[in-house]
Amino acid sequence: MKPSRTPLFAIVGLLLLVGSSMTWYRHQAFDVPWMPGEKRQVWSIEAKLEFIARGEPVKVSFAIPDTQNGFERIADHTASPGYGLAFIDTPGERRAEWSIRSARGKQTLYYRVDMQVETGLNIPQAPPELVENRKLMGSGPMDTSALQLLENALERSADHFTLARELIKAFNSQQQSADFLAQKQTRSRWLVQLLNQAEVPAREVLMLNLEDGRRRQPLVTYLQVFDGEEFQLFNPQTGKQGRGKNQMMWEYHSGALLDIIGGAKSNVWFSIIDQEVPASQVLELERQEDSLLDFSIHSLPVEEQTMFKGILLIPVGVLVVVFMRVLVGLRTSGTFMPVLIAMSFIQTSLWIGLIGFVLIVGIGLLIRGYLSYLNLLLVARISAVIMTVIGIIAVFSVLAYQLGLSEALKITFFPMIILSWTIERMSILWEEEGAKEVFIQSGGSLIVALVAYMVMTNDLIRHLTFNFIGLQAIFMALAILLGSYTGYRLLELRRFRFFTGSR
Amino acid sequence: MFGSPISAFFDLKSRGILGMNRRNIAYISRYNKRHAFPLVDNKLLTKTLAIEFQVAVPELIAVIDSQHDVQLLEKKLQGRKKFCIKPAKGSGGKGILVICASEQGEYLRSNGQAISLMDIQRHISNILAGLFSLGGAVDVAVIEDLIEVDPDMGRFSHEGVPDIRLIVFRGVPVMAMMRLACTASQGKANLHQGAVGVGIDIASGRAVHAVQHDTPIQHHPDTGLALKDLVIPSWHCLLELGCACADMTGLGFLGVDLVMDKTIGPALLELNARPGLSIQIANDAGLLPRLRKVEELNRAELMVVSQRVAFAEQHFAAAPAAVFSD
Repeated sequence: MKPSRTPLFAIVGLLLLVGSSMTWYRHQAFDVPWMPGEKRQVWSIEAKLEFIARGEPVKVSFAIPDTQNGFERIADHTASPGYGLAFIDTPGERRAEWSIRSARGKQTLYYRVDMQVETGLNIPQAPPELVENRKLMGSGPMDTSALQLLENALERSADHFTLARELIKAFNSQQQSADFLAQKQTRSRWLVQLLNQAEVPAREVLMLNLEDGRRRQPLVTYLQVFDGEEFQLFNPQTGKQGRGKNQMMWEYHSGALLDIIGGAKSNVWFSIIDQEVPASQVLELERQEDSLLDFSIHSLPVEEQTMFKGILLIPVGVLVVVFMRVLVGLRTSGTFMPVLIAMSFIQTSLWIGLIGFVLIVGIGLLIRGYLSYLNLLLVARISAVIMTVIGIIAVFSVLAYQLGLSEALKITFFPMIILSWTIERMSILWEEEGAKEVFIQSGGSLIVALVAYMVMTNDLIRHLTFNFIGLQAIFMALAILLGSYTGYRLLELRRFRFFTGSR
Repeated sequence: MFGSPISAFFDLKSRGILGMNRRNIAYISRYNKRHAFPLVDNKLLTKTLAIEFQVAVPELIAVIDSQHDVQLLEKKLQGRKKFCIKPAKGSGGKGILVICASEQGEYLRSNGQAISLMDIQRHISNILAGLFSLGGAVDVAVIEDLIEVDPDMGRFSHEGVPDIRLIVFRGVPVMAMMRLACTASQGKANLHQGAVGVGIDIASGRAVHAVQHDTPIQHHPDTGLALKDLVIPSWHCLLELGCACADMTGLGFLGVDLVMDKTIGPALLELNARPGLSIQIANDAGLLPRLRKVEELNRAELMVVSQRVAFAEQHFAAAPAAVFSD
């Protein structure tokens, strides 16, 4: 009568075998370390170029970065089916040039560069030439007020860099002049022009803020000021001097970021991922790119990789839920709701998430309590709860912003529909079983969500799940094993306490 | 009392306590076929089936299955003053409204609260919308005659209807308990809400042990009556009724809730394909040894009801020393 357990153990064994051999292979063949520590930081940056081709010959010229202060370029690749490609490597400037005889409709080109973080790397750059013919003559109100700002700054400065700093300060302190000047051209343009006027070589550069897992990161304009071969970067808005820790120059040759002949409506998107590659692998990065056996998420475009970095953590969270329910016996409201809550905690940061969750559910319960007096049909009532939750989130966001708590704005990452169902279910639970059961279940959900959060944000776990896809098979084996566990749950030992020990 | 988890684990194992995981894997999913679940999860189907198999059930007054019919409630009640409204797919006693008296548009709930006809209609609307059903599926409201408890048994319960839960495994009754509502449980007979659970000896129908909130007790907390004096009348009939219920559903691991009605005698209240495990605490005994004994039977399904009841009475009788020993 008892069904055989053999197929179950066979599947588990197979999954374990496949998972561990894939993991081991990846460790051996690609030298991916088990621990997240021993590695070099490599930023993979992918630029996605989109434009509409008009059916004529198309030529696309795109500024691309080279080894620079703090970053060493170790590899770059493009994906552009049907296009001819050339890297133009003139001294001091790199551009990628794509060309095709005829193209029509929406075109997408990819360019990806791997930049290794190399603190202390110092690459001198040739200063740009001064543009003589753009000298201001002092005629007209704009020129006058611009020259006035420059004069003020010149008085308070000693050298090229302090001049740039004082000039930005002057723009910030004399808001009226700054607003007036902004009608003609951007502030950074003015800054370059005025610095040139004072015989200081300077130019606008486009910087990229490197943040792990970013998609659609924009470029920001900075000011590069030279003193001989030395240079300094300035934020044209705040006047802050120097390069931020994770800031890289993308375009720095006074050229255009993107030139397209034969196309229109162009757009550039940047996706960034922090690779953390072992030192020995950095050297081989380029060669490996074509290996068919590199069966890993890393062969995907960066934009998809950033997505998978999060997705691959879900099985870990789900496993936590299985563990807590099967082995511990915690009751949660909604089976996998805690995983969703944990994932929004990751987005919002823990404390904001916790406070937000308690606030939303608490206020939602109060309002839901009133709604039950209105005698509504179920679907309409839940819709009302969803709208209420969105309202609560909106009010909190505005309040938090007014109070200067910009962190709290991340509350919008909460899964609203799920929260509404949670509120509805808890409210019914409250009416039928009393407040105690509500606290047991929401407490259980929160505990599971917290544990899932801690596991999912653990550096080692993030490193392992992202680098060893074979682990997913092992997770599955664990889930199946847990699914066939017939022993007692931890909380049952308490429930049946009168059967245990000496009585 | 609560030593290391590991020793507690083996204590439970040696006492033969059935845990949630084993219940789900080794009993519910193995012995309860999926297609039979709707028969017990839907009270209307259970009732129809029971009438077909001539199992006694409280009389069905009306079924309301559309929002339009909610307005016709007063007509459908046919002037009855006592009745009980249940969601057909409700679980764990959710959404049950008991009206024990009514006068001039005022309806008196079992807990003494007076409500209006509109309140009842709203409750029925909620039932129809699926508020009490699993997963919020649309539901129907079943209105049935109110059970009037046999006074012999009623005196032990503070308020609400005391019911008898039987676990019937492969057609053989293996364990029984009686659930008595009390103030702490607000008239509900669910153990986790604070009702008193009294373990009943399968052979005699006598109380063997009693618990409230998983803790042993000797007397009913409200009435103060000594629970060891509790004896269920016509116990044999109840066992046979439980066996008949198992036969009609085809479920191998079944919880049967029965009542003793003043007029119709033992009657089926509802069935449960996922019976809870607190019955073990109420009986101070584990289910596993009894379940294993039944599993050893080769053809339990082919035995007639009287054979199965005799088997239960012979093998699962409480040891005389165990009765209220502590």
